[in-house]
Amino acid sequence: MFVSYKWLQDYVDLSGITPAELAEKITKSGIEVEGVEVLNEGIRGVVVGHVLEREQHPNADKLNKCLVDIGEGEPVQIICGASNVDKDQKVAVATVGAVLPGNFKIKKAKLRGEESNGMICSLQELGIESKLVAKEFSEGIYVFHQDAEVGTDAIELLHRDDQVLELGLTPNRSDCLSLLGVAYEVAAILGREVKLPETDYAKSNENASDYIRVDVEATEDSPLYIAKIIKNVKIKPSPLWMQGRLMASGIRPHNNVVDITNYILLEYGQPLHAFDYGRLGSKQILVRRAKDGEIIQTLDEAKRELTSEHLLITNGQEPVALAGVMGGLDSEVQSDTKTVLLESAYFKGATVRKASKDHNLRSEASARFEKGVDPNRVRAAAERAAHLLAKYAEGEVLAGSVEANTLKVEPAVVSVTLEKINRVLGLELEMKEVEDIFARLQFETNIDNNTIIVTVPTRRGDITIEEDLIEEVARLFGYDNLKSTLPIGSATPGHLTAYQNKRRIVRRFLEGAGLNQAITYSLTSGLKATQFALENREPIRLAMPMSEDHSTLRLSIVPQLLNVLKYNAARQNDSLAVYEIGDVFFSQGSDNLPEEREHLAGALTGLWQSQPWQGEKKIVDFFVVKGILEGLFAKLGLEKAIEFRQTGKEGMHPGRTAEIYLSGSSIGFVGQTHPTVEKEYDLKETYVFELSLKAILEAEVEPLHYQSIPRYPSITRDIALVIDKDKAAGELESIIIDAGGALLKEVHVFDLYEGERMEAGKKSIAFSLKYFDPERTLTDEEVVKAHDKVLHAVKEKAGAVLRG
Amino acid sequence: MQERLKELQTEALEKISQASDLKELNDIRVSYLGKKGPITEVLKGMGKLSAEDRPKMGALANEVRDAIAAGIEEKQKHLEEAAVQEKLALEKIDITLPGRPVKTGNLHPLTRIVEEIEDLFIGMGYTVAEGPEVEKDYYNFEALNLPKDHPARDMQDSFYITDEILLRTQTSPVQARTMEKHKGKGPVKIICPGKVFRRDNDDATHSHQFMQIEGLVVDENIRMSDLKGTLEVFAKKLFGEDREIRLRPSFFPFTEPSVEVDVSCFKCSGKGCNICKKTGWIEILGAGMVHPNVLEMSGFDSKKYTGFAFGMGVERIAMLKYGIDDIRHFYTNDMRFLKQFSIQE
Ligand SMILES: [Zn+2]
Repeated sequence: MFVSYKWLQDYVDLSGITPAELAEKITKSGIEVEGVEVLNEGIRGVVVGHVLEREQHPNADKLNKCLVDIGEGEPVQIICGASNVDKDQKVAVATVGAVLPGNFKIKKAKLRGEESNGMICSLQELGIESKLVAKEFSEGIYVFHQDAEVGTDAIELLHRDDQVLELGLTPNRSDCLSLLGVAYEVAAILGREVKLPETDYAKSNENASDYIRVDVEATEDSPLYIAKIIKNVKIKPSPLWMQGRLMASGIRPHNNVVDITNYILLEYGQPLHAFDYGRLGSKQILVRRAKDGEIIQTLDEAKRELTSEHLLITNGQEPVALAGVMGGLDSEVQSDTKTVLLESAYFKGATVRKASKDHNLRSEASARFEKGVDPNRVRAAAERAAHLLAKYAEGEVLAGSVEANTLKVEPAVVSVTLEKINRVLGLELEMKEVEDIFARLQFETNIDNNTIIVTVPTRRGDITIEEDLIEEVARLFGYDNLKSTLPIGSATPGHLTAYQNKRRIVRRFLEGAGLNQAITYSLTSGLKATQFALENREPIRLAMPMSEDHSTLRLSIVPQLLNVLKYNAARQNDSLAVYEIGDVFFSQGSDNLPEEREHLAGALTGLWQSQPWQGEKKIVDFFVVKGILEGLFAKLGLEKAIEFRQTGKEGMHPGRTAEIYLSGSSIGFVGQTHPTVEKEYDLKETYVFELSLKAILEAEVEPLHYQSIPRYPSITRDIALVIDKDKAAGELESIIIDAGGALLKEVHVFDLYEGERMEAGKKSIAFSLKYFDPERTLTDEEVVKAHDKVLHAVKEKAGAVLRG
Repeated sequence: MQERLKELQTEALEKISQASDLKELNDIRVSYLGKKGPITEVLKGMGKLSAEDRPKMGALANEVRDAIAAGIEEKQKHLEEAAVQEKLALEKIDITLPGRPVKTGNLHPLTRIVEEIEDLFIGMGYTVAEGPEVEKDYYNFEALNLPKDHPARDMQDSFYITDEILLRTQTSPVQARTMEKHKGKGPVKIICPGKVFRRDNDDATHSHQFMQIEGLVVDENIRMSDLKGTLEVFAKKLFGEDREIRLRPSFFPFTEPSVEVDVSCFKCSGKGCNICKKTGWIEILGAGMVHPNVLEMSGFDSKKYTGFAFGMGVERIAMLKYGIDDIRHFYTNDMRFLKQFSIQE
């Protein structure tokens, strides 16, 4: 909402307050002023000139040579390129020494050999947006009416010596979609009076009811409809001050009748419509729902097909307006219009919203109806319009108005106790102070002991409950005057849940291990949503996606991490390690929320370690990634419950992928991506993992318990075993652990040899076995006995022999 | 004999002083002090001496022996030290060469901000509540005083999956769910971080996915001044001790009264600069007293309980705090961006 500072002064005394100060005060009390525009900023030296003579420039077809009286000294010669410039016009002249917007300085010049002492201006050149310039002047210079006095300040004459406050209104403050509404707000802030506009006019002998009857069929959609008749109007431009105010408010002037309806829309927040009575085609207004398939041609010349959800104004038969949205073309006010039917009505917001949405016609009028106009202003607005039509269109306002009224207007009565106000705000106000605030708002109050009973004017439809009253008190009392306290009352221990705490530990661990945290989108393409998913489930698609790339909820994080690698690799960074913790989504049927599961995923490629001057390089491989995961599982106390099993998975290298099991249930995978995937993402050898974070963070873990430090030495035996190449080390390790008995406390692989010195199809794996008993020193015989069992078992169960 | 011993001593000490390495020194030790050495040889002639002179000579011989041994010992220490020095000199390295890097990753800046805020509020007795990203219309809107035809729903155009299920547009549904779980009994003190989604085209200032963090306190006797005090603590912790806050009235369907909260500009301290658009203040969050409808819908008696809530966009906080100019950076995950957030201030 744009508010002209000068216009606002019609209703509230703003003396002693600059526009900037006013903006600050309004912002602080609840409505954000997003900007203050100085309309005549950077303009100087533009006066009204009189074109005394005009002839064609001797050397240029498209230029005119004008002799212009600028009210000072001799008339001056000005070369003007506008095609509409002519003798006897009153025009805006930027004289020599003048400044126009953009710091454009007017100097004496020679144009094609002819001297030019200034510039005849268009409104655009005076800083007015093209869309606000009346159509007749949109292509050339502006021409004043003949009464304009030569030499006067043209900017003042155009009422551009003004400042405009731009209000950013929240949906609850539609009362400020009118100058009067803003006036009430400003009056409350400043503690000043509101002065209402004049609505009187000369009484006619004729009655409006002799000209028109009004019937409303759709009383639900249109509970109040008022028609007034104004005879003998003269269609002409509206006065300059009105045009200036309309332009300042972002509305283009047309003619006096249309401008007056727009002026009232801005002044009262009540949209009006003016029909050409002579073109109505009947003496009746019938308000009804449209028939399915009915057609109306609106002012913008579009033919619109309607449904029974749209509300129409008809002449009894044919539609003449789409109620609250746009008038019909046939009954439009034109230059020869003599009699005007003025409509002021209360249309239901939802009905207007439906029509404006269906036909994509959002206008100043529809916006106000949608938010709900003040039912008590419908009639006043019509009277005010009649006053202006009488005054500026020389119309004769017929007596009375014709109404169809089923609207019940009951102002809301809301009460609140002083104690509650003070309790909610943490204040110690007196009743007198509260009363005073409501008096400033011009709300009627009654006091009953400690309760204040407030009758809320209908213009403030946003106030319905006691909290609304408390807010009015708070904002007008001023938030700056509020104390700063902290909640008192029962103490609550603040903490992270065990899950949240472990999640942070996972992050710290992975970062310590060299992985960077990434955050990617939960929405992805239909194609990528299911890639690498842990479960084969139907993906969830948005009903109306904005693009295919963000159309579907992801079932896996890996594709997005591969995208991250791709993005960075394309920017000369091909040694990368990232992880992400985030939700993936599994459908549980369209009536239910999906199962949302928190996953942990990672992607690594390129160099893992490098120390160039020491000649060291280590490329990321399966075991780097597995090692990170094993470290993580150990950190979470899950070392013993985790198992890696060789697996095949779409998108993964068939020989380098493991499924991860936690206590026998599959929770994820780790491995190298398939070469076709690596190609798709322009990546070199890349390793990824994804697992259910929920599973590992919610797994039962033995409580931490201290084990005494061993007092007896352990005995270590190393063995190198030769086995078939396709036998897994893990399998061998299990056999060793099973066979080693209670004394075998640790087993780990410390060497693998698959080189030339091995028999074909064989490999050698070296294990280190540690035996020990916490209670005593082991004897050699005991270790030999246990160790022989191990050797026997690996031979029997895996065909492994000691390497010679 | 006496002279011979003196001579031997002088001779030995001379040789010791000339010895250039440990081996040479050892040879001297063996040749002078050994069983077949010249001192032993001299002492063999002691039989010829009188009983009176014999102990004198014995004592002298021991003196000479000790002097030579001491000389050797001293020289040996000297030589050993020299040997160590020499070895160390050879071991000299170029310490300006780079160290062996410890490769660590780091936290995403959004997580960094979220954790910082979580920790601050945990310290003030809050717990962290989380909820689903895909939410029921009921929790996302209706339970928050936004019935189906409410015009404010336009303020946050949403991604629907079905008529009743959508991607949450705010983290407030977590508040509604948490209050519901409390079954009308306070206190509730939570902070809710999470991803939210709105129908926006991604550009420098808009993102269809972003992160929000909201706080909620419901108890008997929660006052608006408590909200102001709490947010003051927050602003000072996050943006610096000298910061002040300013509350401006605003509108949100789920709070009444509602305010927008500005923090005094941390770049120009209120003088006016391009970050604060010359106003000296930067808007950082929305807040208010929980609307009685919201309390009632979640099972709280609004006559007995009051509460406050606040919410902010984490990206905005991060952008302001670190001077980041494009919201898309958070989701592109460019290492040149992420790597800048490894330093602990
Ligand atoms: Zn600043």
